[in-house]
Amino acid sequence: MAGTIQSNLKARRTASRRGTEEPAFVKWTLITIGLAFALLFLLVPLVNVFYQALEKGVRFYLAALTEPDSWSAIRLTLIIAAISVPLNVVFGLAAAWAIAKFEFRGKAILITLIDLPFAVSPVVSGLVFVLLFGMQGYFGQWLDDHNIKIIFAVPGMVMATIFVTFPFVARELIPVMQATGSEQEQAALTLGASGWQTFWHVTLPSVKWGLLYGVILCNARAMGEFGAVSVVSGKIAGQTQTMPLRVEELYNSSKLSGGTAAFAVASLLALLALFTLGVKTWVEWKTRRNYELAQRAEANFQSQI
Amino acid sequence: MKQIGVIENWATQPAERRAPAPRDPANNCVDLEPDAASSMNGFPERSVGEMFAAPNKAAGLLILLTLACLAGGLPRNSSAAERSILNVSYDPTRELYQDYNVAFVNYWKGKADQLITIKQSHGGSGKQARAVIDGLEADVVTFALAYDIDVLATRARLLPANWQTRLPNNSSPYTSTIVLLVRKGNPKGIKDWDDLARPGVSVITPNPKTSGGARWNYLAAYGYELKRSNGDEAKARAFLKAIFKNVPVLDTGARGATTTFVQRGIGDVLIAWENEALSSVAEDGKGKFEIIIPSISILAEPPVAVVDKFAKRHGTEAIAKAYLEHLYSEEGQEIAARNHYRPRLESVAQKHAAEFPQLKLFTIDELFGGWQKAQTTHFDDGGTFDEIYQGSR
Repeated sequence: MAGTIQSNLKARRTASRRGTEEPAFVKWTLITIGLAFALLFLLVPLVNVFYQALEKGVRFYLAALTEPDSWSAIRLTLIIAAISVPLNVVFGLAAAWAIAKFEFRGKAILITLIDLPFAVSPVVSGLVFVLLFGMQGYFGQWLDDHNIKIIFAVPGMVMATIFVTFPFVARELIPVMQATGSEQEQAALTLGASGWQTFWHVTLPSVKWGLLYGVILCNARAMGEFGAVSVVSGKIAGQTQTMPLRVEELYNSSKLSGGTAAFAVASLLALLALFTLGVKTWVEWKTRRNYELAQRAEANFQSQI
Repeated sequence: MKQIGVIENWATQPAERRAPAPRDPANNCVDLEPDAASSMNGFPERSVGEMFAAPNKAAGLLILLTLACLAGGLPRNSSAAERSILNVSYDPTRELYQDYNVAFVNYWKGKADQLITIKQSHGGSGKQARAVIDGLEADVVTFALAYDIDVLATRARLLPANWQTRLPNNSSPYTSTIVLLVRKGNPKGIKDWDDLARPGVSVITPNPKTSGGARWNYLAAYGYELKRSNGDEAKARAFLKAIFKNVPVLDTGARGATTTFVQRGIGDVLIAWENEALSSVAEDGKGKFEIIIPSISILAEPPVAVVDKFAKRHGTEAIAKAYLEHLYSEEGQEIAARNHYRPRLESVAQKHAAEFPQLKLFTIDELFGGWQKAQTTHFDDGGTFDEIYQGSR
């Protein structure tokens, strides 16, 4: 996805030039088709979520969100994200650092492993943990004897979330770290900085926007994940239901108001998506600006000598 | 200053130069060579720590807070003050147990002077049984059919094998049957089971592998043809094959199938629990659906049981036992009837007689030799259902 940033950058820089020799009507047809698709498949469902959520008025909307089981689902979703996202930042930084800065045997395997969660179906990601930590699983008996609960409790849900969101931070950082190269760090080291100082003062500042971007995506997925979490949750209302699971439960309730309540909770997830998009746009803008500033500064520097 | 400029560039810092921040003594490198240390003096000290300083603290605080919430929110197993039991149930009982839990909490407060909370979990009956086997610590299970509780006894030894004799009426406090739900005006003219096998009729029923209701549906149709053909199994299999040829989607649970039929508008007829059909008509319908009572159907007995191993561990055996026994009381039976389950208690049944029409009902023991046998013959891998379903594709 850092690739997108790069190509966006390029697009902006070449925007002033004529991109194509095609006649105008081709251009407009393509734009119309693109816009129509986006409207039909992206915007209409999104607007509909909010329309359905507010169908019975603001008071019902707020009541639906503060209803104890829904409220507990909102809280649990935040807790799971607050645990799994920071851990994935640490894992992601370590993995990206290793991949971008070092040559070692098995590097290709590590890269493939990082991508694994993207390739595996979420249901399988959940089942893996049930097979390991469930009562019939490999560690099940031991855990049961020591009365440690992993599956159908918060720890299992956190594990499944970490598994599913693992690639986001690392995937964002690897290209950025590779692009920056290791000259700066080498310079810092020759100037006498310790490894830790180099990391903190040189490496991290240079990748911070990529990192933020990864964190945002990671967080969005952590809060929105359904499949893997559903398998390990046990779906206990008010205890192990996250927001996506709560939406399903409410929608399946035969009570007439169930659908509206489901959309009320869903609207929070939609808001999260909008927020994610907003931050993403901001980060991209920031990256572009930094790039331009750096270019200008370099030109200044060149003219000074 | 030239050197600093270069470093700033490399680090893609914004080009507006700030004066180097005063050196933080904490950042001193102990093992620096003297001249290297002096160049470190000029090293731009704008670190990520500084840039993200405020958000960092806020994030740290947030994490701490949420962890505190988490610690507070975790269920504590044996606190005497607030007991909690978990009822792991099947798909269409959400509303029944929401109502019943409120009543039971009140009842228990009066009886034992103890405030309790009751948690619910719902899903396809077979799927839920699997979850309990995998360690979902249910104090009580209230499933769609006896086999799903048998599995808890045989495969995971969570309760004794004779669990079904511990409560009256085969441990089934309420019953139901399988009926047909059609769209308003019955456009396809569905009157009985044999109409489901007609070409061009689209039938909705969930997957018998994961849903208990679906297994009752299957056995009801099978039993109808067995009775009609005087016990000809081959005819019954062919009949089921014709029906499943008309099934466009197999949902994993009964509630999912109802949603498919009622809200997504797919199919001409839904094979459903009577309670699901009645509540669809009562809640969503507004005259959009009609219930067709077939000439004969199966007596569905959804059983309940205390899961001894987990209840013992949580110290909730007394509550769990009372929770199930109270289902047989007048209050429990009334709540079941209001949620469209057929009550066992005669007095309550008479009050609701209008809602539950009399029809010929056969039992699973009578036609299929009990759940264990029905399960292995029909629903286990390689059983009759697999044969029928593959044949009908």
